[in-house]
Amino acid sequence: MADAALSVQNLWKVFGPNAEKLIGTPDLELSRKELQAKSGHVIGVRDVSFDVAPGEVFVVMGLSGSGKSTLVRLITRLIEPTSGTVMLGEENLTTMDEEKLREVRRKRVSMVFQHFGLLPHRKVIDNVSFGLEIRGEDKTRRRARAQNMVDLVGLSGYEQNFPDQLSGGMQQRVGLARALANDPDILMFDEPFSALDPLIRRDMQNEVIRLHHEVGKTMVFITHDLAEALKLGDRIMILRDGAIIQIGTPDEVVAAPADDYVKDFVSDVPKSHVLTLKWVMRPPANSEEGIGAPTLPDTTIVRDAARTVLATDGLVRVVNAQDEFVGVVDDEDILRVVVAEEG
Amino acid sequence: MSTAAPPKVIRQGPAPDAPPVLAEPTPRWKPVAVVLLLWLAVWWFTKGTDTLVLAGRDRTPVMDTLAAFRDRMIAGRESNPVMVVTGALADALRGTVSFLQRVISIPDDPRPVPQIGWLGVTAVATWVGYAVANWRIALLVLGTFLSFGAFGYWSHSMDLLIMVGIAVVLSLAVGIPLGILAGTNKRANSIIEPVLDFLQTMPTFVYLLPIVLFFGIGSASAVVCTLLYAVPPLIRISAHGIRTVPPTMVEVADSIGLTRWQRLLKVQLPLAKRTIIVGLNQTTLAALSMATIASFVNGPGLGKPVLDGLRINDTGTALVPGLLIVAMAIMLDRATTAASERGDIMARGGGLPPRLHRAILIGGGVLAAVAVMISRQSLWAAEFPDLGWGRAIAKGAGDVITAITDTLSPITGPFKDAITYALLNPLQAFLSESPWWLAAAAIALLAYVLGGLRALVPTVVCLAGMVFFGLWNNAMVTLAMTLVATILCMVIAVVVGVAMARKRSADLLIRPILDAGQTIPAFVYLIPCLALFGPSRFTGIVAALAYAAPVSIKLVADGVKGVSATTMEAVRSSGASTMQQIRKVQLPMAKASLMLATNQGLLFVLAMAVISGMVGAGALGYDVVIGFSRSEEWGKGFAAGATIVLLGIMIDRIARRAAEAAPDQWKRFPMRAPTGPF
Ligand SMILES: Nc1ncnc2c1ncn2[C@@H]1O[C@H](COP(=O)(O)OP(=O)(O)OP(=O)(O)O)[C@@H](O)[C@H]1O
Ligand SMILES: [Mg+2]
Repeated sequence: MADAALSVQNLWKVFGPNAEKLIGTPDLELSRKELQAKSGHVIGVRDVSFDVAPGEVFVVMGLSGSGKSTLVRLITRLIEPTSGTVMLGEENLTTMDEEKLREVRRKRVSMVFQHFGLLPHRKVIDNVSFGLEIRGEDKTRRRARAQNMVDLVGLSGYEQNFPDQLSGGMQQRVGLARALANDPDILMFDEPFSALDPLIRRDMQNEVIRLHHEVGKTMVFITHDLAEALKLGDRIMILRDGAIIQIGTPDEVVAAPADDYVKDFVSDVPKSHVLTLKWVMRPPANSEEGIGAPTLPDTTIVRDAARTVLATDGLVRVVNAQDEFVGVVDDEDILRVVVAEEG
Repeated sequence: MSTAAPPKVIRQGPAPDAPPVLAEPTPRWKPVAVVLLLWLAVWWFTKGTDTLVLAGRDRTPVMDTLAAFRDRMIAGRESNPVMVVTGALADALRGTVSFLQRVISIPDDPRPVPQIGWLGVTAVATWVGYAVANWRIALLVLGTFLSFGAFGYWSHSMDLLIMVGIAVVLSLAVGIPLGILAGTNKRANSIIEPVLDFLQTMPTFVYLLPIVLFFGIGSASAVVCTLLYAVPPLIRISAHGIRTVPPTMVEVADSIGLTRWQRLLKVQLPLAKRTIIVGLNQTTLAALSMATIASFVNGPGLGKPVLDGLRINDTGTALVPGLLIVAMAIMLDRATTAASERGDIMARGGGLPPRLHRAILIGGGVLAAVAVMISRQSLWAAEFPDLGWGRAIAKGAGDVITAITDTLSPITGPFKDAITYALLNPLQAFLSESPWWLAAAAIALLAYVLGGLRALVPTVVCLAGMVFFGLWNNAMVTLAMTLVATILCMVIAVVVGVAMARKRSADLLIRPILDAGQTIPAFVYLIPCLALFGPSRFTGIVAALAYAAPVSIKLVADGVKGVSATTMEAVRSSGASTMQQIRKVQLPMAKASLMLATNQGLLFVLAMAVISGMVGAGALGYDVVIGFSRSEEWGKGFAAGATIVLLGIMIDRIARRAAEAAPDQWKRFPMRAPTGPF
């Protein structure tokens, strides 16, 4: 995909003394456990390739130890990849020299960390303007920009506080503001909300959704929380032992899990909240079926479609993005999804 | 586990399908007891032969060679490149010290008084106290400085401050960069770490002699050894501070695109600042401690009058300067601690409103400047009026001490005799009357039994060195004292430490005393010990105990406290009595801490054994002390110093290897005791 914001090709990370030498050898076919037992090497990320479109929220998820953190760090080379390429727009990050890489980190990619990573000796406003300071912007400009960001994340009035005087949620807002202050092309989040309690977490998720609407950044978002992934992601990539198991939209992942690992993951998800009509409709018997009945797009979520469908006697027609008639649903199709999760 | 410890064996139970039972590992005390019994048996038949006693004035050829080497070095002062460099350094140091002395401590010819008199110095110091800390510290500084003058030791006190000041400034200049290097660079650390280990396990006292050779008797040597003693804690703590900056922070820095240098300046150093200031505190106190001891090489300062008093066994005279040293220690400790907390308080809007604070600073600065001017012009403000307090106290104290000593002698006397006759004499007889080959073989065997090959090799090397330097017999006498003091130290440490760990109130009561004990320069301990017990080996032991016990007690207390609450609850619920809880659970589980406490205790005791050479402890310590004062005994003094080093290394290696069951514990960073012994 030439116009991808971020393109990752055949990315590998092997931890261990002779990682480079392993690339291309049959040893890499071994499972993680076997390889570790054999040579003490640990596979962090195994042959990962994906593209992220501009403005997309791309969620990476997997259990603990599946290589999510390693993956985001490979992208900006906080961890050096063992092999593979990372393209940021037209630029190849993997072959860049230190100097240019720093430039990229200063201007084009920002990161939000699980434990916030705020500098305790700096006030909120100085934390937010830290990146700008490093970039060498003059004081009045970075102040103004930082103030805007503080306002944007809803922390007006806390500029002069120190991080440890704020609650966890507020601290992560500072982290967000700091990341946004650089006006990067891509924002990367490494489990930014898993240290927060559930209510605050929901607030922060909504915050990210709002910010995404307002600033429209490309985001790579790591989480091990499926609900979060489904809520935020345009697409979700599922990792296990460093390898990709599935990449798909939330409804694809829920409706068509690639294997038992993913199925297990999604088994507890309230399907009616995720599945769209595309996954529950059946193909029309003929192009005339249900003519005159109400019409819904196939991207409508089942829960949202329920009222219309149940209120209608008989069928509802489903159309795709091109407004072509692609299927029909009736009460029973809807109820099957809803009732399934009651059981 | 040491290599000598038998591997755990799985013993097959009688029934084939019975679960295998883990065999009790053979306790190491059995072979140890066997070795000791053998030693005793052979001793019985051979005692008094081959003991390598060196009579009072005798010297061995090795010692004469050493002295000749020194003479050659001194003769080559102009040509030998090492001597030329150290000579130039020494000149620079001496120049700096004497310049500062002329500013605040001694008459600056042709002036009859220093450039700045007591009023000016006191005012400036008080102002600094306020500027770096708060008004309470300012008052403390004021009081301390006034007492320097009031008790008649103004000049000595200023000298000591100068020595400490120079040593601390140099420590900062050397220690922080090295600390940063060690904290950020693994390879650099692997070089720096062993050097620090060496510096900190060595009784510093023993490298006074070689330093004197290169820097000459006087202030230059005093500064150098103070620096050598004071800088390791700063390097270690700075490195530790840099290393413990959370990795996330480093990652944040990198992800934002900081250069290495920016990362260091904007992230790592600010985050490590607090820790580094703790290091500054330790370094300052260590410098004070060593600068006092440096009076042995004629370093200026309050140590001198203490030493003079001790030399003539006049504790009354030594008492006042001793107390002033304590006052200075408390002042420096509190001031550096408060200074480290101030930054935070200010940044968080605590303390006075900034404008008022600035006004007071400026006002105070002006006042201090005026005081300096006055003290340059009027004699009363330049020379502290003679109040005679010091002399009065010295005399009064002399009487009081005599009275106390007399009253206590029914207690102290028997106590002293009990320890001396029941413990010290037999052990000393055993060690020093063994033929050298017997003692050496037995010690080597013990090392092997306790610590395996890795303990045996250094032990044999050290033993050979001790024989080589020709002070074998004295080494055995010192070893006996060291062992007795260490045993007593551990008894105290276990009793007090367990009490502290089990009872919070005991901890709250005792810990501040221990902290204070660790703040006081070691030298000062000698004064009360000498007063109570007179010059004897026992006095040396008591002083060593006072010096070593706080460290060991804390280690034991923290170790026992480390036994988890859940474990203790389970034990209590099983109905164990208090003694059973302590003996069967708490002490065994705190074994690593006990080992560490013993090792630290040993090193501290050994270090103190040198210093107490001058209060009648005799043996190696005495040889070293004499080495300072008599030119022709330099070789012997050096040999004694080297022997102490060897003794220290030997004990340390055996103890370390024996305790390797818990290697982590050794690496753990004791924040309150990073300064090694003297
Ligand atoms: N520096 C390293 N050296 C060796 N192995 C490593 C290193 N860093 C990570 N690993 C291994 O790589 C694997 C992936 O780790 P990673 O931290 O990326 O997982 P994760 O998905 O982020 O897990 P979590 O949800 O717990 O954060 C793990 O098995 C880990 O042990
Ligand atoms: Mg992670």
